[in-house]
Amino acid sequence: MKRRTLLTAAAASALALGAAMPSFAQDPVKVGFIYVGPRNDGGWSQHHHEAAVDMAEHFGDAVELVEQETVPEGADAERVMTQMALSGVDIIFATSFGYMDPVINVASKFPNVKFEHATGYKTAENVGVYSARFYEGRAVEGYLAGNVTESNKIGYIGSFPIPEVIRGINSSFHHAKLVNPDVEMSVVWLNTWFDPAKEADAAQALIDNGIDVVLQHTDSTAPQITAQKAGNVYTFGQAADMAEFGPMPRISSIIDLWAPYYIERVQAVIDGTWESDNTWDGIGAGMVGIGEISSAVPADVKAGAEALRDGIAAGEIHPFTGPINKQDGSVWLAEGEVADDGTLAGMNFYIEGITGEIPQ
Amino acid sequence: MDFGSINPVILLASLMVASTPILLAALGEMVTEKSGVLNLGVEGMMIFGAVCGFIAAVESQSPAIGFLVAAIGGAALSMLFGVLTQIFLTTQVPAGLALTLFGTGLASLLGQNYQGISPPRMPEMHIPLLKDIPFLGPILFEHDAIVYLSILAVFAVWAFLKFTRAGLVLRAVGENHAAAHALGYKVKLVRFAAIGFGGAMAGLGGAYISLVRVPQWTDGITAGIGWIALAIVVFASWKAGRILIGAYLFGGITVLQLNLQAAGAKVPVELLSMSPFLATILVLVVISARRHGASNAPAMLGRIFHTS
Repeated sequence: MKRRTLLTAAAASALALGAAMPSFAQDPVKVGFIYVGPRNDGGWSQHHHEAAVDMAEHFGDAVELVEQETVPEGADAERVMTQMALSGVDIIFATSFGYMDPVINVASKFPNVKFEHATGYKTAENVGVYSARFYEGRAVEGYLAGNVTESNKIGYIGSFPIPEVIRGINSSFHHAKLVNPDVEMSVVWLNTWFDPAKEADAAQALIDNGIDVVLQHTDSTAPQITAQKAGNVYTFGQAADMAEFGPMPRISSIIDLWAPYYIERVQAVIDGTWESDNTWDGIGAGMVGIGEISSAVPADVKAGAEALRDGIAAGEIHPFTGPINKQDGSVWLAEGEVADDGTLAGMNFYIEGITGEIPQ
Repeated sequence: MDFGSINPVILLASLMVASTPILLAALGEMVTEKSGVLNLGVEGMMIFGAVCGFIAAVESQSPAIGFLVAAIGGAALSMLFGVLTQIFLTTQVPAGLALTLFGTGLASLLGQNYQGISPPRMPEMHIPLLKDIPFLGPILFEHDAIVYLSILAVFAVWAFLKFTRAGLVLRAVGENHAAAHALGYKVKLVRFAAIGFGGAMAGLGGAYISLVRVPQWTDGITAGIGWIALAIVVFASWKAGRILIGAYLFGGITVLQLNLQAAGAKVPVELLSMSPFLATILVLVVISARRHGASNAPAMLGRIFHTS
């Protein structure tokens, strides 16, 4: 009983301290980041980390950066964020989908701490979400994949069957199919964001099955190395440019550009104007970058991909423009119709032509 | 079931590559356990070997030196366990677990500056004549040196334990350390050697992941393979030949499930992903249900030896 009282008192005083913090204008704003992988994974987590560092450099002494890497999704994340909140952090960026419920839980206990959750969809008074329209970049990858494949088989290494990943699969397949009606896609689900050995094995399995373009939605560079060893296989950088694997196998990439958003949101905390938001930006707003298309791609294909990229950026082309049917053959989008954000945010179906089932 | 585009030759060949780390580590652990020592630190020694081998290979640009250093690194780390359990007489289970935690952390620290670097490529050794045998040739004889070494090691360990005097002493120490001590055998020396061998093999297995299978260094690269190796020792009921079967079975199912997904087989992904582990559990149950299976464990396994 005594121990509990003590803990409550400690928590309360920490809360009071946290609440009192902003009144000391000289004190730096403490910004917390948690990453699902190591901060030098070469992909997703590294890009969040680099953006966080850019943000901290932008603000100099006005901001103190606190980072925690390789935080498992689930109960551990809750513990880490609670600790951060208790130590007086003003805003926490949780940079993986699986942190969603832990963020909501912790946020309800610390109403004075702001939370920003990447790629999620649950918001609260003090929880904002942000994500990038990666499917716009996937459309460009699909266009390239459909053009360069010789076996007409492209492979996709999936992580978890969440809308974010399914959107990418659908978008890339749709655009590959537009330029190459014979194309087929195989999806391998790994149920992990980061496991180099598994990712390498998956890439190898795809290549062994005659696939010559591998798209990945996992975070390590292992599939790139596997493709490099196999030769004559094309890949795309994921989250980071992965330019070190160009011009072959990596022929382009989707690059996450988080720094401007981080700077904007931390500035809002400093100004006291932060409000819960739901940001979903794409190529046009500069949150998704398309890496240099390498010399291994024919010039006309490269020009076509760049035109597609620019069209999407300008808002002239929507990656999901009908006619598109769902996997079961029913109509999803009629001729000329574009997908609405609500459907995209909760996408849980394959489009027509993709074989296999989404694990439920 | 439709196996579609899966080519059995390529599948079996990649099975051998995927199984080699488990095979090496399990074989080393079996020898350690045969001497009556239960070292649960396989995962830690593997990942430490992986990082040591990676650093050495990158710095020297020679995969052979990488593997050598990996074996030395794994053995060196296992000596820590040896000192703890054989000299300070700590309980083996927590010491082994501590070794895994320590090895993982140390490897992460050492590997800080080696992320995202590609190691020198391990040359493949295609064995002339043999590789031209139809079907079997491409499966068995178009690999790198470590794959051949791992299979040779299975035979070497088997022959060592069965036919040599030193092997007999090792087994005697594992079955009854008091009697072996009374006969004048150096129980602790034998156990130190066995622990060191286990560490070296685990180190080799780890380096095979970071130098050949992935090949790259990232934190947590062994991803629990050390624990599978431990299970396979039990699965094999401490017999070298069965270690080979167990490791290939596990590696085979791992590769097969990815290939089935890639080929678009209509099997639920969840079932495929857990199939390697299901198979391991199933076989463990079958083995321990048999009359002599589980009792094949060395009698002194995990016991502390006090010289009185």
